[in-house]
Amino acid sequence: MANMSLKKNEMPVQDPSVRRRNFEEVALGYTPEQAVDEANRCLNCKNKPCVGGCPVAIDIPAFIAKIKEQDFEGAYQIIHKSSSLPAVCGRVCPQETQCESKCVRGIKGEPVAIGRLERFVADWHMAHNKEEVKVPKQNGHRVAVIGAGPAGLTCAGDLAKRGYKVSVFEALHTAGGVLVYGIPQFRLPKEIVGKEIDNLKAMGVDIETNMVIGRIESIDELFDQGFEAVFIGTGAGLPRFMNIPGENLKGVYSANEFLTRVNLMKAYKEGSDTPIQHSRHVAVVGGGNVAMDAARCAMRLGAEKVSIVYRRSEKEMPARLEEVEHAKEEGIDFHVLTNPVEIVNDGNGFVGGMKCVKMELGEPDESGRRSPVVVEGSEFILDCDCVVMSIGTSPNPLIKNTTKNLEVNRRGCIVTQDDSGLTSREGVYAGGDAVTGAATVILAMGAGKSAAQAIDEYLQGK
Amino acid sequence: MYRIVKKKSLNPTVTLMEIEAPLVAKKAEPGQFIILRVDENGERIPLTVADYDREKGTITIIFQIVGATTEKLNHLNEGDSLHDFVGPLGVPSHVEGLKKVAVVGGGVGCAIAYPIAKKLHELGAEVHSIVGFRNKDLVILEDEFNAVSDKLCIRTDDGSYGDKGLVTDALKALIDAGEQYDEVIAIGPLIMMKFVCKLTKEYGIKTVVSMNPIMIDGTGMCGGCRLSVGGETKFACVDGPDFDGHLVDFDEAMERATMYKDFERHQYEDTCNLFKKEVK
Ligand SMILES: Cc1cc2nc3c(=O)[nH]c(=O)nc-3n(C[C@H](O)[C@H](O)[C@H](O)COP(=O)(O)OP(=O)(O)OC[C@H]3O[C@@H](n4cnc5c(N)ncnc54)[C@H](O)[C@@H]3O)c2cc1C
Ligand SMILES: Cc1cc2nc3c(=O)[nH]c(=O)nc-3n(C[C@H](O)[C@H](O)[C@H](O)COP(=O)(O)OP(=O)(O)OC[C@H]3O[C@@H](n4cnc5c(N)ncnc54)[C@H](O)[C@@H]3O)c2cc1C
Ligand code: SF4
Ligand code: SF4
Ligand code: FES
Repeated sequence: MANMSLKKNEMPVQDPSVRRRNFEEVALGYTPEQAVDEANRCLNCKNKPCVGGCPVAIDIPAFIAKIKEQDFEGAYQIIHKSSSLPAVCGRVCPQETQCESKCVRGIKGEPVAIGRLERFVADWHMAHNKEEVKVPKQNGHRVAVIGAGPAGLTCAGDLAKRGYKVSVFEALHTAGGVLVYGIPQFRLPKEIVGKEIDNLKAMGVDIETNMVIGRIESIDELFDQGFEAVFIGTGAGLPRFMNIPGENLKGVYSANEFLTRVNLMKAYKEGSDTPIQHSRHVAVVGGGNVAMDAARCAMRLGAEKVSIVYRRSEKEMPARLEEVEHAKEEGIDFHVLTNPVEIVNDGNGFVGGMKCVKMELGEPDESGRRSPVVVEGSEFILDCDCVVMSIGTSPNPLIKNTTKNLEVNRRGCIVTQDDSGLTSREGVYAGGDAVTGAATVILAMGAGKSAAQAIDEYLQGK
Repeated sequence: MYRIVKKKSLNPTVTLMEIEAPLVAKKAEPGQFIILRVDENGERIPLTVADYDREKGTITIIFQIVGATTEKLNHLNEGDSLHDFVGPLGVPSHVEGLKKVAVVGGGVGCAIAYPIAKKLHELGAEVHSIVGFRNKDLVILEDEFNAVSDKLCIRTDDGSYGDKGLVTDALKALIDAGEQYDEVIAIGPLIMMKFVCKLTKEYGIKTVVSMNPIMIDGTGMCGGCRLSVGGETKFACVDGPDFDGHLVDFDEAMERATMYKDFERHQYEDTCNLFKKEVK
């Protein structure tokens, strides 16, 4: 019997007043009963509009039908055909602008909670599946993958399944990319990423950490060593700053630094050797997922007050809806239509406040977003002792600078020919944030998948 | 894992280690650095490549014990291993084409200056090394510098070894005596580099300094190592660590270096107490 409720089944979450001070996962996931009940809201539409909203075209009605039958493993197998990181995407995909935005149930009422169901299925599989990972039969070809983020890991996994001997080279001491150094534990537990990486290793993928490609080896040297193709999945990790006065004061962080200290270096734990400033009032500049994560980490580190400062209105915020809602519930202040112009020195070289101006929305720009303009005479000082700049990142130039004839565009993103991810160099493919600029996990994963397919065709055709 | 194949104490607070890291050793050049973690939960700390042996596949590091991590590192022995060791990072020093150079080193900065002096010497440049220490007990690498320098001046703050005085005075004396340098390379405490630059600016001698701000990743990802150079923001780990000393904003760099002073002191005391307990 179809469930005609207009609302999604709520997902149980940790109480905001408790979770704002701990790093445990916020959302607790559906129970099997809740999942089945939610699955019953799906109408199993013939034309599958939701699938068109998913960048990797998961057969959504099919996996949901399996949930209705309580065949959770069967549901997993359907998702797994299209996505290699369902436990991750079910948690962090911006569903409201992707699959769920196309769901017919959303026309009147709320769409089916596709993301939550995906997460449920992936978690169920992880908890119940006892099957050993099979080591695929080797085909004798070697491929190098640079960067162990979602793009690189997906590409490596897909190639390994096809029998390739894959080595993943990662600059940091831990594999996972933004999934481990950026997105915090309370949104994406590190054990989930760790498990995916263990699976890859079990399939025979070599993961070599502490390898900064471009320094220790160049791409050309990888070819010399016998790798026949290379995939570049190095992300977009170079932080941008605003270039306003006071940005080099003590207590001004890039979101990358702040989040790396907290997540990768575990500065939130007692006993970590890595320091982090414990501040009274943290101002986070920006309105994306990264800004929400930084703000919510700052709250969990014990700040009395945390403010998001964003120059457009809340409607234009690029962050996932759920993250904005969760941030608000946790007591984070939102200063929208506000832009910093200077960070003020407290007299001792630390942040003593942030001078801001009010903005109003003008005419829409090329991107269709209404661009903010300064309101004359609206200057004011926001009280704060720490500022986290979260205004975007671009690809790191290291690979470009050390690889001959690798074409990049004006923004430093690697240029690819088509969906295959082929770059201007034969045998060199790229995908994820390194190509698109900062985007999403699912897009990075999709790019890794297409590149694996293209690399396979290339090497089989050689 | 990266095995420690040799450990030698150079003075009570400075230790030399040779670490097995063949791939890093194959590529490392003077002026570059590595980042290491002692153990699973350790902090990432940068140290300069003091020397390398491409055949043996080892990298030499020389570090001063100043805080928790360097203290922990110093408790390891030959045969032990480091958890992580990544490099070579940063841009190698530009040494080609220089005919006559003054290399100025202060304290443990001498460990960073030495491979550059050595490389210059190998390339046939005339090298005048001026190295300064607080006192006799802290002098390091004297024989090494001697072997690669056409002239070596040692200074101590208290006059207990070499001549009494600052390295800037020694440099000034040499310049005033008519020595004409293509370049001065100054590596040491920020305050020393600042004053060397002030001096050489007056004389119009190009000066390169090696900056050592607080770093995490060392790949340009966090921006924590940023400095102002000629009014622009630069990341020391990827744009440096060498910079034109006449353009560096030393006052800002000195401020930023003190960001975690309190945390560090606390952490150092904890670590020392831990080791004391272990000894008991
Ligand atoms: C804080 C934060 C929150 C986010 N939240 C979301 C969200 O909720 N939903 C969502 O869909 N997306 C989110 N994103 C975006 C998403 O994480 C990225 O789009 C995605 O991770 C990109 O994947 P990638 O594999 O291309 O690159 P990355 O994940 O950036 O991985 C690149 C890897 O390459 C390594 N590398 C770089 N250079 C080299 C080199 N020279 N040699 C070797 N290794 C190298 C890096 O160390 C890194 O591990 C968020 C991003 C951040 C920073
Ligand atoms: C490129 C570079 C090369 C360096 N080369 C050498 C070297 O060859 N020999 C040597 O003895 N030292 C070198 N240093 C300094 C060395 O990294 C620090 O002494 C070390 O990190 C101190 O760690 P700690 O935990 O023992 O001390 P802490 O108590 O944590 O800190 C003591 C002081 O060390 C500095 N420091 C702390 N953490 C870092 C960090 N993550 N990165 C950089 N500096 C930090 C700060 O100025 C701090 O005040 C270099 C630094 C850089 C950036
Ligand atoms: S991967 Fe993302 S977009 Fe695709 S179905 Fe899952 S949640 Fe929706
Ligand atoms: S559009 Fe919505 S209701 Fe229709 S099949 Fe997809 S998820 Fe089910
Ligand atoms: S150390 Fe992170 S950018 Fe330089």
